[in-house]
Amino acid sequence: MKTASKIYTGLVMLFLFAPIAILLVFSFNDSKSLSVFSEFSLHWYRELFRDSETLGAVRNTLVLAVCAALLSTAMGTAAAVGIHKLKSRYMRAVMDTVTNIPMINPDIITGISLMLMFVFVGRLFGAATSLNFATMLIAHITFCLPYVILQVLPKLQQMDKALPEAAMDLGCTPMRAFLKVEVPEIMPGIVTGLIMAFTLSLDDFVISYFTSGNGFQTLPIRIYNMTKKTVTPKMYALATIIFFVILFLLLLSNLTDADTVQAVRTAREKKKAKNKA
Amino acid sequence: MKKKASGNLTLIRRLALAPYSFWAALFIVVPLIFVAYYAFTDLQFRFTTDNITRFFTATSTVADETGEHEVRTYVLIFLRSLKLAVISTVICLIFGYPFAYLISKAGARTQSILITLIMIPMWMNFLIRTYAWMTILQDTGILNGFLGMLGLGRIHIIGTESAVVIGMVYDYFPYMILPIYSVMAKMDVKLLEAARDLGCNGVGVLRRVIWPLSLPGVISGVTMVLIPSISTFYISQKLGNGKFYLIGDAIEGQYAANNLHFAAAIAFILMVILLIGMAFMQRFANKRAAV
Repeated sequence: MKTASKIYTGLVMLFLFAPIAILLVFSFNDSKSLSVFSEFSLHWYRELFRDSETLGAVRNTLVLAVCAALLSTAMGTAAAVGIHKLKSRYMRAVMDTVTNIPMINPDIITGISLMLMFVFVGRLFGAATSLNFATMLIAHITFCLPYVILQVLPKLQQMDKALPEAAMDLGCTPMRAFLKVEVPEIMPGIVTGLIMAFTLSLDDFVISYFTSGNGFQTLPIRIYNMTKKTVTPKMYALATIIFFVILFLLLLSNLTDADTVQAVRTAREKKKAKNKA
Repeated sequence: MKKKASGNLTLIRRLALAPYSFWAALFIVVPLIFVAYYAFTDLQFRFTTDNITRFFTATSTVADETGEHEVRTYVLIFLRSLKLAVISTVICLIFGYPFAYLISKAGARTQSILITLIMIPMWMNFLIRTYAWMTILQDTGILNGFLGMLGLGRIHIIGTESAVVIGMVYDYFPYMILPIYSVMAKMDVKLLEAARDLGCNGVGVLRRVIWPLSLPGVISGVTMVLIPSISTFYISQKLGNGKFYLIGDAIEGQYAANNLHFAAAIAFILMVILLIGMAFMQRFANKRAAV
């Protein structure tokens, strides 16, 4: 890269990471100040681990994200298989349009629309509050589904049509042919879809905000409630932990990434060849 | 025998689509009908257009240097949202486009590192990221501390429209870079070389080859920044002055005050305007693609 490009890259990275760096630094600040660093301390981390409400929210978020990711991946994969085989162009266009709606609509509209329906149906049954874990799970599955479908569908289109037919000619039942031949082919799409659904669910605030009841609080909603009042650097400690968890997961996925493994291998071989010479 | 087996397969595939069709109808389509239903009814669920009329006609007084003015409250809020979202999108495009180009020209390893770096902030909760900006931009915050250290005067930025724009640009910048990058990464280098061989200079290659080819990425980037910016409510609450500021705040405020019918009306109007806007953008894109 040329010098100008390097400077530009540096400036963009500074802009992207300066706020995060500030969070990290001030999470270790002894005093409550957010602009003057007085002394290094783990005070806010101790406070965080004593805050049972926040820890409960972390647990809720994980439970919700795991449920939403698994259910939306199962339903979305099945849907992609079905959509792939649709013969009617009209039906295909209808499915594509409906699937696009949650992705194009602003989150606030998806949230409001689901909330209005839940409240209306709840009133029909005479419930005072109709928003709870179930409504949130429904909402999360709904906004994750399109992303799963869009990951799996291209894999089905890339697959050789003759493969499942060959399996059946060789005596496989259709179900067996699907499980043994098609599923392994589209597996990368399913896994990416699952991961996307999981992270989308973890990070969602807006839709959760409108569809959550009073009893069930996820981490983003907890953060929202915390930032409504004056904030203690406790939240910075939380942000720091989240940052390092993400970094750890990224490094892990990078290490297992086939390209990286390949790159490392070639580098090693080159080194060996050099040593021999 | 074989025919029967493939018949079974088709049946299984039809059934595979059934749960999603049911789910999509019930939780994607029906809720949107509920938005329209609430928007056009009063508290007793009788038909009314009052909510919609209220959006366009409700007025309030604002005071500025030239005196007090009677303004249309929600129309003004909408126009302000549109203005800030467009400014943020343009800034993201101006700075994101060259950056996406830079990444696409780097070596394979650098590319994957840079893309990962851009994605890290996206995985941090956006509430926390926005909150970090609040502490930076505060009157007693880090930015002013830094300016003071340099001997420059303090600036008051928190609570202004600039602060909201900074927040929007920061939160949605990666959404502009990633789609443009993914189009540019697939661009055939031979096309650029051919353009040069045929006598195009640098600007010509950019204007006649790179820009038109990257247009699909630009359009999806613009959509991905514009739509969340125009409908946000947290950024304006934390970095703006915290009152009814943007259209998202208006919806959230009505929801919090339990005025569900009016909240639905604002959401309905926003949705219709966005749909029209997107249809126009799609037509523009198709026309450009045809040329």
